Parts: sequence; C-alpha cells; structure tokens
Amino acid sequence: MLARFARQAGRRLGLAVLTLALLSVVVFAGAQVLPGDVGRAILGPLADPDAVAAINHEVGADRPAIETYFTWIGHFLVGDMGRSYTFRTPVAPFVGTALLNSLKLAAVAFVIVVPLSIGAGVYAAMRAGQWQDRAISVVSLSLTVVPEFVSSIALILVLGIWLRWLPISASTRPGTPVLEQLRHLILPALPLVIVLFGYIARMARAGTLEALDSDYARTAVLKGLPQRTVIVRHVLGNALLPTITVVAAQVGYMIGGLVVVESLFRYQGIGSLILNAARGKDFPMLEAGILTVGAIFVATTLVADSLYTVLNPRLREGGR
Amino acid sequence: MTATSLAAADGGLPPAAAAHADPAAEPFATAPSRAARLLRSPSFMVGAVIVLFWVFCAVFGPLVVPHDPYGDDLLNTLAPPSAAHWFGTDQIGRDIFSRVIVGARPILSVAPLATLVATVAGTTLGLLTGYVGGWLDSLIGRLIEVLLALPLIVVALLVLVALGPSSSTVIGVIGIIFTPLIARTVRSAVLSERSLDYVSAAELRGEGALHIMFVEILPNVLPPILVETTVRLGYAIFTVASLSFLGFGIQPPSADWGLAISENYGMMTGGYWWTVSFAAAATASLVVGVNLVADGVQAVFE
Repeated sequence: MLARFARQAGRRLGLAVLTLALLSVVVFAGAQVLPGDVGRAILGPLADPDAVAAINHEVGADRPAIETYFTWIGHFLVGDMGRSYTFRTPVAPFVGTALLNSLKLAAVAFVIVVPLSIGAGVYAAMRAGQWQDRAISVVSLSLTVVPEFVSSIALILVLGIWLRWLPISASTRPGTPVLEQLRHLILPALPLVIVLFGYIARMARAGTLEALDSDYARTAVLKGLPQRTVIVRHVLGNALLPTITVVAAQVGYMIGGLVVVESLFRYQGIGSLILNAARGKDFPMLEAGILTVGAIFVATTLVADSLYTVLNPRLREGGR
Repeated sequence: MTATSLAAADGGLPPAAAAHADPAAEPFATAPSRAARLLRSPSFMVGAVIVLFWVFCAVFGPLVVPHDPYGDDLLNTLAPPSAAHWFGTDQIGRDIFSRVIVGARPILSVAPLATLVATVAGTTLGLLTGYVGGWLDSLIGRLIEVLLALPLIVVALLVLVALGPSSSTVIGVIGIIFTPLIARTVRSAVLSERSLDYVSAAELRGEGALHIMFVEILPNVLPPILVETTVRLGYAIFTVASLSFLGFGIQPPSADWGLAISENYGMMTGGYWWTVSFAAAATASLVVGVNLVADGVQAVFE
C-alpha cells in the first residue's frame, strides 16, 4: 500500500513539473515571442533603431527563441530571475519582498474567510431547503461574482470614509507594530473575502449535505446521539475534506484578485509587482512574477491533493 | 444574447437538424416546459429583468440620455448629484448619469463576443476530443491544467502587454482562455452520448464523423453548452470589467464603467463619492443579474 501511495505521489509530482515546464514556455512566449520586436515594444514606435537593436541584443531577442528560452529558464532555475528593465537591478529581491507582503494580505483574507464560509456552509446545510439556506446561497452567489474593484469601492466608501472604522491605505511606515499593520490589511482583505466566501460556503454546504445523507450519519442519529454530536463527530470531518481542495484551488484565484486589490490599495505585493511590470513593459519582472505565481499555485494544488489523499483512506487505497 | 450564442454554437445548422435528432433524446421534447420553469423561477426573472434593462441601455442608451456622455463642461466639474445632473458630474464636467447608461454598451459587446468566440471554438474542440479522442484529448487536458495554473487576469495581462490593449485583443484573449474550459464541458457531455444507440445507428448507416458530431450529437448536448455559456458570460463580464479598471481593457474615452472607476477612484477620499459609486453599482448589478440568470438556467437544464 505504501508503494502504491509513493507511486501516486511520484505521478502527481511528475505532472506538476510538466505543468510548470509548459507554463514557463507559455510565459516565455507571451513575454518574448508575442511582442515580436521586444526593443520596439519597450521603447515605442518613435525610438531610434540603434537603441531598439541595442535592447534586443541585451535581452537576447536577436538570438533564436529556443536558445534564449533555455538560457532564461536555466538561470531562473538557479534563482537568477534576470535584471529589471525599469530598475536596472536583479529582479529576485523585488519578487521576494512582494511575495512576503502578498502572503500577509492573503493570510489575513484566509483567516477571515475560512471559518466564516465553512460556518455558513454547514449552517445552510443543516437548514437545507429553508429560508436561511436560500438566503445564504443567494447572498453568497451574488457576492462571489462582484469584481473586487467594485466591492472595494463600496467597502472604502462605507467602512473607510463614512464610518472611519478602518484605515484605507494598506501600507504602513516601517516600524509600525504588527497589530497595527494587520489592521491596515483588513480592508484590502475584505474584497477577497467576499469573492471567496461564496465558493467555500457552497463546497462546505454540499459536503455537509452529502455527509448528513450518509449511512454513518443516519446510524448516528438513529442510535440517539444529539444533533450536535452527530455534526461535530461524524459529519464535519467528512464534509470538510472536499473543502480543503477548494480552499487550495482558490489560491490561484486569490493571486488574480491580488492584482486588482493591491493596485487599488497601493500595496507592494506580487499582484502590484505584476501589474507595474506590465504597465512599464518590464518583461523580466513580468516573467518572474507570473512564473512565481504559477509555481505557487501548482505547489499548493500538489499539497492539497496529497493532503486530501492522506486524510481520505478510500483514496489512499487507490479506489478512484 | 443567449439565443445568438446558441445559434452560432450549432454552427448555423438548418432547423431540420433538430427534427433529425433522435426523438428519445430529450432537450427539444421538453423545451417548452423548461422555459415555463425558468419563467416561474423568481431569481431567474429578477436576473433577466436586470440584464434586459442593461441590454436596452446598451442598444438605445445614446438616444435616450439627457446629456452628451462625452461632452465636457469645465465650469461645472465634480458637481454633486442635482436635478440637472442626476448622478453629478465627473472631473471634466461630463454628466455621470448619461455615462453610466451609455457605459453598458462596451462591456455588453466585448464580454458576450468573447463568450461567443469561446463557445464556438470550445464546442468544436469538445466534440472532436469527445468523439475522436486520442492524443488531442490528452493535449487539451494538459492545456487546461496549465491555463488553470494562472489566474485569468494574469494570463490576460501577459497577452495584452505583448499585443497592446484593445477591445479586440480582450475578446481574443478571453475567448481563447475560455475555449478549453468549454471544450471540457462539451467533451464530458459527448462522452456520455457516444455510447448511445443513435450514434451507433448513424455509424452503421455509414455517416461520416463530421455528420455524427455536428448533426447527431450536437443537438443533444446543447443544454450543457447553454449552461456553460451563461456561466462563462458572467466570468467574462467580471474579467473585462477588471481589465478595464486596470487599464488593459476598454480604452478611453469610452464611458465604460471599469474605466470610469479607474479614472475617478482617487477622488473618493476627497468626498466625491458620486464619481465612482454609480458605475460600481451598475457593474455589480450587471454581474449579479447575469449570474442569477445563469443560476436559473443551470437549475432548469441540469
């Protein structure tokens, strides 16, 4: 059984590496092949041809694409992400700092959304078919589809400007106490919470319903256990399993949301790094940011899948 | 809008195609009762009314607005809502009410077109992979994995930077990204159809693969395509609006809502709430409306 588990893990890892390799080709193609003339794309249509050629030579655009790709990815793999066109310094430190900042913001969002949405989902399942269930599903469905920049506007206006409950700028001066830093992150985290809430609550509701409907839950009810005990001891564990994968899958979405939220709240994270690189046509920075984001997503998916297998004995047997 | 995407999705089939399909395969036999169920669903009706309102604005907006949505009035900038300007005026004195009404047009052209591109391409690809299978099938599977590894916005940014932002690029990018997602849905629907008797019967009659895919199978997989298309339309609106807000979507001087918010959100802290609130409310109502419709369609057709 252990051998099968190892084989499964190995297969997953292989697929993840393959996905990443393909991803790097896509990113490379997007940043270095699609623009055609990279130097022209950076300097604009009026620039001096010599300057364009110089840039093309510097970034290697005058060599065959395959050769450039392998040079680029080879350096990338050993941590050399290239030099920023805008800042004329190595890209890697920027990515590191931005990632750390985004991680803080994402953590605040997850800490708020996970208990809230799972609680709402389980509650909706226990009231399935009643008005509370209907209300939760309509509200969460509607909130989930509103773009972050729209909900941000509403949140900033109401919580930040009219009620003055929360600070509207995400960044704080260096040396600000951690708690105060966190307080500045609540408002930017809320738009992400609003979008994620619907997805996670829906999964938690479906998982709970399925678990409630199972033979073991019925047995537990029939042997006279109070509803509370049935839910806590028999239903929750099984209901939350699929929710883990959903939460992990949302990491990908989350990064997309960070692009919008970080730019709106002027926060120096990976999302605003990607956006600023895109605006400034800083292709090495853009490539590094996007590939980092893709790697994080692939890694979280891998971890979530493995966690799911470890926690679910039926899958461990290789049943499905 | 749904009707047009549907019509295009079946590749311009003659109406006879429906009659040609096996009567035992249900979608057309139960179509009237499905429509009745849709009309009885309150959330679908609310969504439909909202969407139809914005579609009306998109089509007739320029004819009914009280002011020129693009005309500036530098003596009357940032005026709060009043009888003359119901939603106030923006930084260069343009009437916000008129701009919000007219602003329905850009998003309601770009997002549905992108969805249409994806539906046509995705349906074709899904039929091919589901019916023919083989290497194409595994290639698409991998492609979906890769696409899903990046947030939609990020992929779109990458391509838009490379090609330069414009409405047609936005349509192309979102269309291409949604294609494999729709293909996946169509594929799984086709897989459950291909083992049915009417497909074997057509094969025995000696029909070609194209005929079987587009004339025999396609009419029977229309319901899941319809559901997927309406759901995708919601995502397309979300994405187009966000891209416009980021400056990579619909370009100025369009009255697009995302663009309006991006031009004015710096004014919020100065107390000029009306410059962004109405565009934000319009965007929110449109996405919620489309998703209520999608939810209703999903409940009835699945």
